[in-house]
Amino acid sequence: MADLEYLFFLGCLIPYRLASYEVSARKVLNKLGVKLVEMPDFNCCGFPIGPVNFDLALSLAARDLCLAEQKNLNILTLCNGCFGTLNDANKILKEDEELRDRINSYLQQVGMEFKGTVTVKHIVHVLTEDVGSEKLKEQVKKPLTGLRVAQHTGCHLVRPASHVGHGDNPEDPHVLKELIRLTGAECVEYTDETECCGNPIIGVNEDLPFEIAKEKLDHVKAAGAQALITVCPACHMMYDFNQPRIERAFNTSFRIPVLHYTQLLGLAMGFSPEDLRLNELRVKPTELLSQIQ
Amino acid sequence: MAELQQEAQENVKPEKIDPKFKYEVMKHPGAEKIQMCFQCGTCTADCAIARFSDFYKPRKIARIVQLGLKNRLLGNPMLWLCTTCFTCVDHCPQGVEVSSIVRALRNMSVGNMNEMPFIYKVFASNVLKTGYVYLMPESRLKRRGAEGLPPLPKSNVEHVTKLFEATGFLETLENASTFKNVNLKTGDQDG
Repeated sequence: MADLEYLFFLGCLIPYRLASYEVSARKVLNKLGVKLVEMPDFNCCGFPIGPVNFDLALSLAARDLCLAEQKNLNILTLCNGCFGTLNDANKILKEDEELRDRINSYLQQVGMEFKGTVTVKHIVHVLTEDVGSEKLKEQVKKPLTGLRVAQHTGCHLVRPASHVGHGDNPEDPHVLKELIRLTGAECVEYTDETECCGNPIIGVNEDLPFEIAKEKLDHVKAAGAQALITVCPACHMMYDFNQPRIERAFNTSFRIPVLHYTQLLGLAMGFSPEDLRLNELRVKPTELLSQIQ
Repeated sequence: MAELQQEAQENVKPEKIDPKFKYEVMKHPGAEKIQMCFQCGTCTADCAIARFSDFYKPRKIARIVQLGLKNRLLGNPMLWLCTTCFTCVDHCPQGVEVSSIVRALRNMSVGNMNEMPFIYKVFASNVLKTGYVYLMPESRLKRRGAEGLPPLPKSNVEHVTKLFEATGFLETLENASTFKNVNLKTGDQDG
């Protein structure tokens, strides 16, 4: 496997709703010398199938992993959900022989076999572990000095710790904070940073996720952050797309722009807001952009 | 749920207890250590959902499994309130994967009761039809080109269908009835 070459697992929510994440990620990764190989005929990682039939979810994930094994490339995802699901399937299928045999018996129907020869990485892991802070620093041409932002790492990037690996601390995540500081921006602390966005249950109950997301936005606002930075499309949808609805539901006002980390990094690397599709955010980052320009 | 609570007294009669239930649950990946739960309540204290819901209490779920009160769990709509944040898994001093036990119970509910939240039926049907969770509008697929993005590959629907068949989920999906919402006040289904 060549260094910095990955099979790009796009997932479903990003092409459906968040081109801004894909466009900005492709731009910054390209500039950093990361080669993305397009993934042929991939399918859903299995995340929304796990609750109804875990064997099928594992089979769908394993099929994606088999595609990567055939190409002999590690997987790069932009989504916490895809990362968590594929990484979890990879781990338990490697460790549980009985389960692996059962899933492989299903995969036999499509002429595939899970072997467990590749690794699954989220873009955060690729940036920190493979690209490295030195190379990132070199590419920061327009440091975002004076900008105060908060981070939301999200659950599936760090939990369950025993399944995820990669060394972040789920009780006090620091990896994304360090990535933010590399852009020159200040990363402010706030209350209950590890609180879940609530998105996974929005289909069965909307009130509860809105309440949880409102708490998060309250805390971020109280900390004086000018933006919230996410690395997951589902978390992003919760805080950006749903923000006006949350404001209406609780008769309050946040107006906190929510940027994909790749947009923040892209700005620091000198890409224009148009290049990074900042105009596609629901909560417009007008003030933030006028400050850094 | 209200009905289930009324039934609670009756349910704990010995004939309502299924002593083998916990072993059925333990067969599911991640649910193996249910017997190690000693009811400390850390999972519930740290649960993102439990503080908003009178019905979703992971500690109780673990106890009901251990007791074998199968009918109080399978088909109970509150099972669908877990966000899978996995905080309970990381915090359990006994190494019990509480969230995986909830997943096992959801799987068993779908399999045994033939019922699932509407959204999951939609998602699964979309995956079956297209390989993706969402039906991608043609306009969005076209816009990819204009945005300089490579085309979204067509998923291998034939493979996906075969996996649905092989796992037996195709039949489950076709026959499953659905409900729309879990009501936070009653813990019951809405719609």
